[in-house]
Amino acid sequence: MATAVMTRLDPSTRAAAHGWSDLTIRNLFIIPTILFLIVFNIFPLIYSLGYSFTDFRASTNAPANFVGLQNYRELLNDDFIWRNFAITAQYVIVSVTGQVLVGFGMAMLLNRDIPLKGLLTTLLLLPMMLSMAVVGLFWKLLYDPSFGIINYALGLGTFEWLSNPNMALYAVALTDIWMWSPFVMLLSLAGLSAVPKHLYEAAAIDRAGPLYTFFRITLPLVAPILMIAIIFRTMEAFKTFDLAYILTSQPTTEVISIRLYKMAFQEWQTGRSCALAYIVLIMVLAITNIYVKYLNKVKER
Amino acid sequence: MTQIELRGLQKFFGAVQVIKDLNLKIEDNEFIVLLGQSGCGKTTTLRAIAGLETIDEGDILIDGQPVQHLKCSDRDIAMVFQSFSLYPHMTVYENIAFPLRATRMSKAQVDQEVRGIAKILRITDLLAKKPSALSGGDMQRVAIGRALVRRPKAMLMDEPIGALDAKLREEMRAEIKRLHVKQGSTTIYVTHDQIEAMALADRIVIMHEGVLQQVGSPDEVYRYPSNLFVAQFVGSPVMNVANAAVAEDKAGASVTVQGAPQGFAFPRELLSKLNGKAASSALSLGIRPEGVLVQHEAADGFLPVEAHIIEPLGSYDIVDLKVGDQMLRARTRAGYVARAGARVFARIDPSHAHFFDAGGQSLGVRL
Repeated sequence: MATAVMTRLDPSTRAAAHGWSDLTIRNLFIIPTILFLIVFNIFPLIYSLGYSFTDFRASTNAPANFVGLQNYRELLNDDFIWRNFAITAQYVIVSVTGQVLVGFGMAMLLNRDIPLKGLLTTLLLLPMMLSMAVVGLFWKLLYDPSFGIINYALGLGTFEWLSNPNMALYAVALTDIWMWSPFVMLLSLAGLSAVPKHLYEAAAIDRAGPLYTFFRITLPLVAPILMIAIIFRTMEAFKTFDLAYILTSQPTTEVISIRLYKMAFQEWQTGRSCALAYIVLIMVLAITNIYVKYLNKVKER
Repeated sequence: MTQIELRGLQKFFGAVQVIKDLNLKIEDNEFIVLLGQSGCGKTTTLRAIAGLETIDEGDILIDGQPVQHLKCSDRDIAMVFQSFSLYPHMTVYENIAFPLRATRMSKAQVDQEVRGIAKILRITDLLAKKPSALSGGDMQRVAIGRALVRRPKAMLMDEPIGALDAKLREEMRAEIKRLHVKQGSTTIYVTHDQIEAMALADRIVIMHEGVLQQVGSPDEVYRYPSNLFVAQFVGSPVMNVANAAVAEDKAGASVTVQGAPQGFAFPRELLSKLNGKAASSALSLGIRPEGVLVQHEAADGFLPVEAHIIEPLGSYDIVDLKVGDQMLRARTRAGYVARAGARVFARIDPSHAHFFDAGGQSLGVRL
């Protein structure tokens, strides 16, 4: 790697008049950020790693005892925790698949010359600009069996979206799809508009039909950026808390972060919840790594 | 066996007419070059034939069948783009196989065709590579391969070698010619480079501002340009054009370039050939640099002139001679005129002279 050479400041600038160098200015910008990261991210991360090996309870004054890997061992042997993971996986798959299909579809529709394209795109982006809590609250109203507009519009009578244990998770996923498809759409749109028009012309000349063109030209060329969208959405969906927590309290919608929340702040098993948080972190890292590997492979092509 | 015919083609981009009543008949196996400056409508014409551009009026006929309402895929025409337009995520093999696979050809047959065309183009060892790993020339070979592999009715080429550097361009030019001779398919080739056009074409179609100027073999358009535009567009260095007056004198006729004290001697038959065709005072004389003869000694019919600028081009020099108000560029042996400012004697070879009327149309007078 080349060593960066610090250039001298232009002597006529005010910073130079104060006797500052480029180095001073660089530190001025970087040090606060690093301090912030250490205090609010890195320190708690390491501190909670320590707690995860203890039976510490934040609700009592009892001293924390070192218990070794007991928390991890018990958590990984706990069938209920695995059920939470299974629910989370189901939620991630349904929600991310839905977002990709809807988002990419919308991007395909928008990737052409249509009137008011800019306005339309902005309007479509609105859901993801709302607060999770707000979205949760008003979807709860939309889903309401007796006066919700969804049942009214679909003519479903008093169909119970959120209190039906088999439906509730899908209802949460549906809300998540509504909220985050625009994100996939935005990235896909960027990818789609980056596909050179002359490639489509070449494909037309080469007598490729629309489907063949889509699967052989469009999709492979958009794949890298679509993968990035999928990585982001998978990570987010994996740690979903607010939507599921606000919308419903069914045991079938108890995704892993809700379990974690309950363990930490209702049951006050601080040490054990730290261990669970670490298990979740490692899982998210693992999944992300698989995606990144795949992304690099896609990019190479 | 493919004939292409354009009948009364008109194309507008908004209010701008880019193709004006274009009529052209292209014979089977012919190599046609559309030549013109950028924006003259040549690429639009090509894209209209390919089906990438709609036309506003007229007919495009392939083998007598009107195709202007067909999609490109139904016209069975292949095209090579200036930007190569290779599929960046596919290997060379997959790129060439693309048009075959798109029509669901069997795997074995695809393989045979791709390897066959790769051999002809000498790119067999590149088949496993990605386009991004290729040089410009190889990219264009692949693009040509992709066009040729499905044996299209006609090949369209849109400045296929315009993006390459000069040396490679010359190489690829020869290669395209070789391929055409070997494969023999009706080809329409668009370029703004007149040297390319001359080297490749069976017939050159010269366009200017959407209007067809002249169609003819390279030799015809070079020797008998139909108007000033063609005369000055074809040929390098550019043809000299000067306002000139024709008069009778005792030796025959003389053509005086504007501002010159003396005229160049011409045979008397010029007068009878010009007779009645145009006012003899509002003529333009066109003469290619090789038609301006230069020598060091004074002689009959030679005017004393001053060499102004000398461009040594290796195998020959281009010397700017000041004649009256005009500069005449002459082509001389390398090093013949030693330095700028030298006094030499010049004459015009009457058999190389062209005459144009005030509107720039050729008077068709050749001696």
